[in-house]
Amino acid sequence: MSAEMQQANQEMEAEIGKAPPKETSLWKDALSRIVKSKTSLIGLIIITLLIIVAIFAPLIAPYHPVDDGSVIDRYQSPSAKHWLGTDALGRDIFSRIVYGARISIQIGVIAVGISGVVGVLLGGIAGYVGRWVDMVIMRFIDILMAFPSILLAIAMVAVMGRGLTNAMIAVGIVGVPHFARIVRSTVLSVKEKEFVEAAHATGVKNGRILFRHVLPNTMAPLIVQTTLSIGTAILDAAGLSFLGLGAQAPKPEWGAMLNAGRAALQSAPWVITFPGLAILFVVLGFNLLGDGLRDALDPRLKQ
Amino acid sequence: MTQNLLEVNNLKKHFPIKKGAILPKQVGAVKAVDGVSFHVRKGETLGLVGESGCGKSTTGRSILNLIKPTEGEVKYKGQNIAHYKGEQLRQLRKEIQIIFQDPYASLNPRMTVEQIIEEPMRAFKVPASERKPKVEKLLNVVGLSPYHKHRYPHQFSGGQRQRIGIARALSLDPELIICDEPVSALDVSIQAQVVNLMEDLQKEFDLTYIFIAHDLSVVHHISDRVAVMYLGEIVEVGEVEELYKNPKHPYTQALLSAIPEANPHKKRDRIMLEGDLPSPSDPPQGCKFHTRCPFAEEQCKVEHPKLKDVSTGDHQAACHLVNEVVKEPVSG
Repeated sequence: MSAEMQQANQEMEAEIGKAPPKETSLWKDALSRIVKSKTSLIGLIIITLLIIVAIFAPLIAPYHPVDDGSVIDRYQSPSAKHWLGTDALGRDIFSRIVYGARISIQIGVIAVGISGVVGVLLGGIAGYVGRWVDMVIMRFIDILMAFPSILLAIAMVAVMGRGLTNAMIAVGIVGVPHFARIVRSTVLSVKEKEFVEAAHATGVKNGRILFRHVLPNTMAPLIVQTTLSIGTAILDAAGLSFLGLGAQAPKPEWGAMLNAGRAALQSAPWVITFPGLAILFVVLGFNLLGDGLRDALDPRLKQ
Repeated sequence: MTQNLLEVNNLKKHFPIKKGAILPKQVGAVKAVDGVSFHVRKGETLGLVGESGCGKSTTGRSILNLIKPTEGEVKYKGQNIAHYKGEQLRQLRKEIQIIFQDPYASLNPRMTVEQIIEEPMRAFKVPASERKPKVEKLLNVVGLSPYHKHRYPHQFSGGQRQRIGIARALSLDPELIICDEPVSALDVSIQAQVVNLMEDLQKEFDLTYIFIAHDLSVVHHISDRVAVMYLGEIVEVGEVEELYKNPKHPYTQALLSAIPEANPHKKRDRIMLEGDLPSPSDPPQGCKFHTRCPFAEEQCKVEHPKLKDVSTGDHQAACHLVNEVVKEPVSG
């Protein structure tokens, strides 16, 4: 190594010493941009609250969601004793909503987990392999998309049998096309990048290229889609429960609570109003955060 | 006598132009590389120059089989590798490597430097106990430090990233490295460092380079022999000093006259080329250069010139207007 090169290297060292290592700048940038935008901050707060409520449900809820309550206390309007009133069986609605947060998170995570894993695999393979494989997978996805999502979910639950588990599976499958399409399109652009070509040129096998090089670089749009999908999944599952196909009584699921309160809509509107509001806010929270993330992770906004 | 490590014979790559969504019909082809032949001797550097879109990079990628050649032979150590597929092709990766032009696009942003450099070894099942020390050694070799290995590409400058790319290419101990414009994305001050590094490495590891570039002075500096490409063909090839001092093909002359001169008072005869590069999907008949050649004659529009010896040394050009020099058979 020549003397001039060594000098150049020393200069380079000095330059490296100056810049402190920034480990995950993408996510740090994203977080700071989310906090700056008011709407996505509201979304983040709502979701954080939902998670806290779900974790500490036994500490927050004044009553047991199912066992506490007698028919004598039925349809009580909101009061100091029952903040949000009671339902047809005298159960405290506030406590039921608090415990319902657990079910909603469970639905969101499991259903979107199913959509995510299946969608990423199908979309990733379709985009990476291309040609007839792409054709077959994407036409199958088109068929799934041709059905209105709630109708498809109802049909699937009708075949598999009612219940919360089946409802989650159905909602998960209905969400697959969105993930598959987004992953496919991102994979199509990432696989043309030079580092993928470099991996081919160094003898890395296809499976590893897909999982180590291509898919990790599709994360940004995937995170956005996941956040938005959790909101939709909670809404869809609540819809199934409302129709009596999802969570069954006496589970404190918000959609099922809406259904139970339907009969007393005029005499005791609080029974149906508060679970409805809970669904509204949670779905709103995920949508706000998802939109915020979309902007925050947009590389075009980077300076 | 030095033997030919690589021989390329009549290599062609035509990209089909298709029309129709349901049953696509081929309506034409972009002739990116159209009958290229050359050879590379062991231990030398062959410079491949030409303007953008003349097929330099496509030639490089076709040799590596990253793009399947349409036609022709690529003989590596006597074996035709143009039709290799699957595992046979993968095994060849140990021998022929590539350094890319864009040091920003060619490193996976989600992998650390160590993961990037050891990945080729991992692909060929080198045990971790050998991989880790080798990564540190390679980092030293390319002028970085072992403590850089846990950093991500975005924490490095362009020149440093290119060094990482070079370390990756060296990790499998290849014999031939195709350098696809390795310095054209870098600052001029950094270019010299990287070019010097590549020269040092060539001596240290006995490497053979195909150096693709459009910067004629860089090519002059690093190459032993130079091939000039125009519209998918080689128009002139020869020893670097001979070719730079005594260019025969009008295109080479025009290219060389465009190199900026450090002395502003020195008189220069610049040959200005008129017109644009013709489309490679519809190249001119006869000599492909005749549309822009200041000396073109009737013959040039009809007959396609072949490479012929134009001096007693190692120097060939494809031009009707240059007289062929009959070489004495080499004795002994």
